[in-house]
Amino acid sequence: MTTIPRTASRNDRERTIRAAWIIGLGLLLLILPRLIYPVLALDILAWGLFAVAFDLLFGFSGLLSFGHAAFWGSSAYFTAYLLASGQSVPVAMLGGTLSALVLAVPIAYLSVRSAGIYFSMITLAFAQMVYFVALQWTDVTGGENGLQGFERPSLFGLDFSNSVTRYYFCLAVFALGFYIAYRTVRSPFGQAQQAVRDNEQRAQSIGYNPVRFKFTAFMISAGLAGLAGSMYTFGHGVVSLDVTKWTTSGEVVMMTLLGGTATLFGPAVGAGLVLLLRDQLTTSSLPVGIVTGLVFVVVVLFFRAGVVGTVQGWLRRR
Amino acid sequence: MNTQLLLIQVFNGLVNGAFYALLSLGLAVIFGMLRIVNFMHGALYMLGAFTAFALGQAFGLGFWPALILAPLIVGVLGMVLERTLLSRLYGLEPSYNLLLTFGLTLLTQDLVKQVMLSQFAVSSAPYTTPEVLTGVVNLGFVVFPKYRLFVIALTLVICLVTWFVIEKTRVGAIIRASTENPSVTRAFGIDVSKWVTGVFGVGVGLAGLAGVLAAPIYSVEPYMGAELIITTFAVVVIGGLGSILGSVVTGFAVGVLAAVGAAIYPPIANTLVFVLMAIVLLVRPSGLFGLPEGTR
Repeated sequence: MTTIPRTASRNDRERTIRAAWIIGLGLLLLILPRLIYPVLALDILAWGLFAVAFDLLFGFSGLLSFGHAAFWGSSAYFTAYLLASGQSVPVAMLGGTLSALVLAVPIAYLSVRSAGIYFSMITLAFAQMVYFVALQWTDVTGGENGLQGFERPSLFGLDFSNSVTRYYFCLAVFALGFYIAYRTVRSPFGQAQQAVRDNEQRAQSIGYNPVRFKFTAFMISAGLAGLAGSMYTFGHGVVSLDVTKWTTSGEVVMMTLLGGTATLFGPAVGAGLVLLLRDQLTTSSLPVGIVTGLVFVVVVLFFRAGVVGTVQGWLRRR
Repeated sequence: MNTQLLLIQVFNGLVNGAFYALLSLGLAVIFGMLRIVNFMHGALYMLGAFTAFALGQAFGLGFWPALILAPLIVGVLGMVLERTLLSRLYGLEPSYNLLLTFGLTLLTQDLVKQVMLSQFAVSSAPYTTPEVLTGVVNLGFVVFPKYRLFVIALTLVICLVTWFVIEKTRVGAIIRASTENPSVTRAFGIDVSKWVTGVFGVGVGLAGLAGVLAAPIYSVEPYMGAELIITTFAVVVIGGLGSILGSVVTGFAVGVLAAVGAAIYPPIANTLVFVLMAIVLLVRPSGLFGLPEGTR
């Protein structure tokens, strides 16, 4: 991706901007359940982490996955299954994340050997495989009906039937996930990953193995998407077939683009904007697909840097 | 499973395969020539079916005129989209074309849904088979609906014609030259961008045609292209992205394999194509008929 702004430079100005983003968004997330209803706020956390996970692959590795619903969805189902079988919340979330990682091994292995559009179509097709399994394996997934009515046992005296408590628990999980993403991008691994993205031949000639880097990036991304998916299940208390649908894969792409690719904060901001927009639309008579489609088109055509990308570019130029 | 049943499944598979072939042919033409992955292809297929339905409802137009008119309308719409929107993204990563056409897909599906509900008061409607093609044909070994045989035959003819035009004629030579080396082709006095628009129009026209052909078999509804396009993408990956021969052969083959597979073990019907894709990718990452990456 040549049009994506680099985030690698480490001058003071960059550091100040970054600190401002962290503090600003952190404060906003802390008071969010007071501004909007807590379930929506929790949705923003889950989708936000999902979008950050997706962007690790798209923005920082240049791989446009069109099948990330596979990891988000499988984790959502597995978390629900573990909760239903009486496991505690952290075990269920960990189990969900692990299921996404296990699923990611063969998919990553088969897809990272391809690049560009090929990669997108392959990931999309694999996600579709997961979708059909979820649709047809009704004994486990509930098919079209999905899963509901599972427990969310309380933990350390936290009562998870309260949506505000759930939100703050998830905020901690989100912070952990975001920190992993942040460390990944800032680490030597992340730098090499971006070098592979920018010029694969050059990266290879200085001794990096591009396929191995892409594979690792894919695994981290899938794992975080899984963590986000488990958070989503935990937040809602239901899982529907939608979690594995291709539109879900598309939606996370849209959130990331709208917020700004390769910016770390961008995807989370984008997720917030899309969900707030959708929330507004449910009370209006406008059909969601028309508006989201339109937003998507406008962003791709005229606004590829996204909200955070645009603001950062503007701050840098000043 | 007895032979009779197997043969019926093979024929049913050929019908599904015809749609995969027609759609992936259009995708192959568009990708092979323009490097655009047209996610909207499924939505344009649906628009073909919807246009036929709407023309019938509004003007009482029958199947045959619709079979000509609807693909033309879809083709022209495609050309307008190419000129006004897609052309803005040339020179960027092909991913952005995928993203743009994805957004247009969401938009189109919901727009058609709104129009169907407000104008025709239905959200899904059957489309009648033309009278000449109702009934069945006895092929001796199997009895099969006439209309489905017609779909298979017409698709084969169209695939052959498309292949012939692109590989064997002067028009095909110009198109290939325009896409492989636009600046040199321009130097010969050929208006490359006009050809590009035309190729896109023909490609999506094929999707529109597939839609009209599908209308009497599956009913007309706004999301009829959504699942189909994903399967078609898998077909394209198996056949080799941009390969015309690959898309046609794989389209029919996948249709038949999925139908036969479904007869043996029903739950596998929808997933078989993706399993096939995984196997092919392991053996030949660039697809059965595709050139290895980097050679184009």
